Amino acid sequence: MSDAAVLRRGNPIGDITALRADFPILEERVHGKPLVFLDSAASAQKPVQVIDAMAGAMRAQYANVHRGLHWMSERTTEAYEGVRDKVRVLINAPSREEVVFTRNSTEAINLVAHSFGSLLKPGQAVLISEMEHHANIVPWQMLRDRAGIELRVAPVTEAGELDLEAFAALLADGRVGLVAITHMSNVLGTVTPAARIVALAHEAGARVLLDGSQAVVHRPVDVQALGADFYVFTGHKLYGPTGIGVLWARRELLDAMPPFMGGGDMIGTVSFERSTWAELPHKFEAGTPAIIEAIGLGAAIDYVQSIGLDRMQAHEAELTEHALRRLDGIDGLRVVGRAAERGGVISFTMENAHAHDVATLLDRGGIAVRAGNHCAEPLMRRLGLSSTARASFGVYNTVEEVDVLADSLDRVRGFFA
Amino acid sequence: MCWPTAWTGSVASSPDTVLSEANAVPDGASLYRELVMTRARRPERAGALDDADGEGSGTNPLCGDTVQVWLRRGPDGLVQDARHRTRGCAICAAAADLVADAVVGKDAGAFALLERRFGTMLQDGPEALSMGDRGAIGFLLALGDLHEYPSRRKCALLPFSAVRQALVHRPGEPDGGAG
Repeated sequence: MSDAAVLRRGNPIGDITALRADFPILEERVHGKPLVFLDSAASAQKPVQVIDAMAGAMRAQYANVHRGLHWMSERTTEAYEGVRDKVRVLINAPSREEVVFTRNSTEAINLVAHSFGSLLKPGQAVLISEMEHHANIVPWQMLRDRAGIELRVAPVTEAGELDLEAFAALLADGRVGLVAITHMSNVLGTVTPAARIVALAHEAGARVLLDGSQAVVHRPVDVQALGADFYVFTGHKLYGPTGIGVLWARRELLDAMPPFMGGGDMIGTVSFERSTWAELPHKFEAGTPAIIEAIGLGAAIDYVQSIGLDRMQAHEAELTEHALRRLDGIDGLRVVGRAAERGGVISFTMENAHAHDVATLLDRGGIAVRAGNHCAEPLMRRLGLSSTARASFGVYNTVEEVDVLADSLDRVRGFFA
Repeated sequence: MCWPTAWTGSVASSPDTVLSEANAVPDGASLYRELVMTRARRPERAGALDDADGEGSGTNPLCGDTVQVWLRRGPDGLVQDARHRTRGCAICAAAADLVADAVVGKDAGAFALLERRFGTMLQDGPEALSMGDRGAIGFLLALGDLHEYPSRRKCALLPFSAVRQALVHRPGEPDGGAG
C-alpha cells in the first residue's frame, strides 16, 4: 500500500471530502485546473458556515452595538459580545474582559507597542527574534525611535530554531521590559518553545507577547498554560474574515496601559476638559467595531472547535511529514528550516530557479503557493536568501494535493535544470 | 533548447496521474519561451562597463530582485554600449538583457518611447500594438505574454527603471535608487 493510501485510511479529521464541501471556493478552477490551494498561511479559505453567519447577520440581525436601546441593537450586541466568550474559550483566557478586538495581528501588536510601550523607560529594551514577521519588527523599531528604548534581536540557528542560549544571554542584564516573539514562524514553520521563552523572560523580569497568527490556526493554544502576558492573532488565517483580530492581555496590564485610540465606545464620560475611559475591554475598542467580521470570526471559531484543533494539528502534521518526504526526494530542491517542532508551513528553494518563476509555473497548474520574502526580510537576509517559495497547509488540504505539488515541482525542476 | 514534454501536454510517469494530470501545466511555458530562457541563462550583456558615463539600479522590495545598469554614450548622445548585473527571476533577468540590447542606439527620448510601447503591450497585450510598434519593440515582444500575468509585470519593468535612471545619472553620483 502506498504512503498516500495509508494516510487516507486513517485521516485524523475523518471524512475530508465532506469537510472540503464546506469550502465552496475549492470547487473553483484556476486556468482550467482544479484549485490546489497551498497558501493558507497567507490567508485561509472560508467555510460556508462563516459566509452564512456574516450574510445572515446582514440580512436579518444587524444594528450598531453597545448603544441602541432597540431590539436589533440588543441582539447584535449579544452576538458581537458572544464572540468574545468564544475567543476566551479558544485560547483559555481567564476572563472575557481581557479579550480586545482589533483589525488584525498587526494592529494588536501596534496597540501593545503604543500603550504598553509608553510605560517602558529609556534604557529598557524590547527583545524580538530573527524570525519575526515585519508586523512584529516595525512597531518596535517605531517605539525605539519614539521612546529611546533599545531593540534586541535573538538569533535563530541553522535549523531555524530560536537560539535559546543566546536568547537567555540577551535577557541577562535585566533591562528587557518585553519579549515579543512568534509562536510559529510564517516562513520556517518553526513552533517556538513558548512556555520556556516565557519562563526565561519572567525570570529576567520581562513581559512576553506571543504572535500567534500562525500557531492558533494549527494547534490548541492555552495562554494560561503558556504563561504569556500578551497573545495576538488574526481572524482571516483562522478560516474567518479579514478585518478582525484579537489581542489578549492580562487584566493588570490592560488596566495599567493608556488607551490606543480615542473615540466613541472607549470612554466613560467626555467633557471638553477631560474624558474618562470605559471599562475593559472597551477602553481599547474605539469607534464602531467590525461587527459583521466579529460575527464571522465567531462562526470560524465554532467551526474549528467542531473539528477539534488537536485533530487539525494531527492532520496537518501528516501532510507536513508527507510533504517533507516528497520534497526531499526532488533533486535540487532545498527545504529551508528544519525545526524539530514545526507546523504545516514549508519554505523551499530550487536550484537554478527563482521562487517567483516556480510559483508562476505552479499557478498555471492551478496550484497556489506563495513566493517572496514572506514579510520577513531580515530572516531572509539571515538565511542568505532573497526569496523562497512556500507551501502551507490548511484543514482542507489532502495528501493527494501534496503529491500534485511534488509531481509538479519535479517537472518545474526539469524545466529549469 | 527544447520545450520539456511535461509542459506541452504529455505527462511524465507518476504514481498519482489522475490529479497530477488534471493539474499539469500545458500552457505554463508560454511566458518562458526559448528567447526568454536563453537570455536568462546566458545573458549577452552581463557585466559592468569600466568607461560607463551612466549608471542606474533598481530593487523590487517585494522579492529582493536587483538590476544594475551601466551605459556609455557616444558624442551624438546615443547609447553605444550597455551592460547589466541582475539578480532576479528568469523574467527579470531576460528583460534586463533584452532592454540592455534595446537601449543601444537610443537617447533618453527614444528609450521613453520604447518604454511606453512596452507598457502598452503589458497592459493590453501584443495585439494592441501597431505593426510599426511591434517592429520597434523587437525582441522584447518575447515578453508579450506578461499581459496575462499581471503579478509578474513588475519583474520586466524593473530593468526599464534602472536604464531610465542610468540615462540621467553619471557613475558615482548619489541617487535614490529606482526601486
